[in-house]
Amino acid sequence: MRRLLAGAALAASLIAAAQEIPPSERRSSYELMGRETKAMQDDDTSNPATFWVLDGESAWKRKAGAAGKACVDCHGDAQSTMKGVAARYPAHDAKSGRLLNLEQRINACRVDNQQAKPLVFESRELLALTAYIAKQSRGLPIDIRPDAKTQPNLDAGRSLYNRKIGQIDLSCAQCHDQNAGRHLAGNPIPQAHPTGYPIYRLEWQGVGSLQRRLRNCMSGLRAEAYDYGSQELVDLEYYLMWRARGMKVETPAVRP
Amino acid sequence: MTRKRNRREFLAAAAGLAAVAGLPATARGQATANLLRGTEKDMLAAIARYTGAKAVTKGRVKLEVPPLVDNGNTVAIAVTVESPMTEADHVRSIQIFSERNPEPVILGFKLGPRAGRAHVATRVRLADTQTLVAVAEMSDGTYWSGSAPTVVTIASCLEDL
Amino acid sequence: MSNALITVPKTAKRGEIIEIRTLVSHNMETGYRRTERGVPIPRDIVRSFSCTYNGVEIFSAELYPAISANPFLSFSTVATESGTLGFHWKGDNGFAVSSSAQITVT
Repeated sequence: MRRLLAGAALAASLIAAAQEIPPSERRSSYELMGRETKAMQDDDTSNPATFWVLDGESAWKRKAGAAGKACVDCHGDAQSTMKGVAARYPAHDAKSGRLLNLEQRINACRVDNQQAKPLVFESRELLALTAYIAKQSRGLPIDIRPDAKTQPNLDAGRSLYNRKIGQIDLSCAQCHDQNAGRHLAGNPIPQAHPTGYPIYRLEWQGVGSLQRRLRNCMSGLRAEAYDYGSQELVDLEYYLMWRARGMKVETPAVRP
Repeated sequence: MTRKRNRREFLAAAAGLAAVAGLPATARGQATANLLRGTEKDMLAAIARYTGAKAVTKGRVKLEVPPLVDNGNTVAIAVTVESPMTEADHVRSIQIFSERNPEPVILGFKLGPRAGRAHVATRVRLADTQTLVAVAEMSDGTYWSGSAPTVVTIASCLEDL
Repeated sequence: MSNALITVPKTAKRGEIIEIRTLVSHNMETGYRRTERGVPIPRDIVRSFSCTYNGVEIFSAELYPAISANPFLSFSTVATESGTLGFHWKGDNGFAVSSSAQITVT
């Protein structure tokens, strides 16, 4: 029986792989946007996300917690020390032994090194810090390399991506792999590569994280969304970033 | 064990999604905002208030709106008025009107010869597919207008988080 | 905390028409939304914007709830002399933000 299930799982992953978008055909959602929305992203002084980035720059220099340290005290100038960091997140954290996304990594630093309270997910300050740090990877290729420690996360994320969920009973793959480029209710379906997070989303009229967007998608399918910081969401983030490996970071992107 | 999904099943599921998308969302109060709609009559009344019921001539005003918006919450629009913008002949003010938003006036500007060029741009919220109208007041007291239609769809995945 | 972004050329020739782009950080709460419980959220928007050139107002705008969050305004002016461009936003609940930029006109 176990061999049968293993065979079925292999067949399922092969079918899923067969329907994945070929690497050379991957496109950023930037290309689906109108001229004016692209212009918003292209110019930092026209991009409202810049307000968050500037707040992040201030937060980087602000002392916090019982240790009375600021990020800059350990990490120096973010423009050099944070370059490339966001491009390889989520990443395995040796200390906790877990896969952490960038937001969780920032909070781990706050708790362990600054002796400060972790920032609330989707709070202005956490989004600002994440946006500021991730922006230092802008233009760099996403660089996710699963190893023995993180392969299980990748497999779990891929499995979640292919699972049908909610009352609407669709999987991510059905829209974003099999029907990307077609239209749904007047809007083009993107391939859904998280190249620009945290993004300024026109629908939110504000900046939000990838996890917020994933939760929106899940509730759009009338499924109960996983909690912020849940293992499921981090695994899914990991799979999505791996799926977008080699594509350039656009943070802070503007998206409809 | 996954079954292979065929196109027909996907379309059926997607139709369900689109049907749900058509229902008003209550969680963030979008439904109430969405149901408040102006009419062309409201817009014409607002234009009359701006012009003091003077005659408005179509022309000289170019209103640029994307024909299909990415998202109705943030739509980039621009207004350009043909005018030498000299002390003797310039645009004094411009107002932009909406026929379907809850309020008919979207934005008002005061210009003058120091503008050099009568060209302004901004980002607006549009409640529905509609035609926008821009009316310009010239230094000689005449009013001119231009309009542009646009299609506004809602985001296809309703979200309340 | 930076709450206004201005794009204006640092230098210009006398008589040249320069483009100015402004962005101010503000939610622009329309007054038409309600909470999950159905309680109306009161209007809280930027109401007016004014640009001055060495103290003289050269452009102004009246904003309404239809303006998107983080209001963006782009307009132009003739570079007449070197000096200071002032940008002033006022809104509900005592909202007042000012910013400035220097320009050298040759």
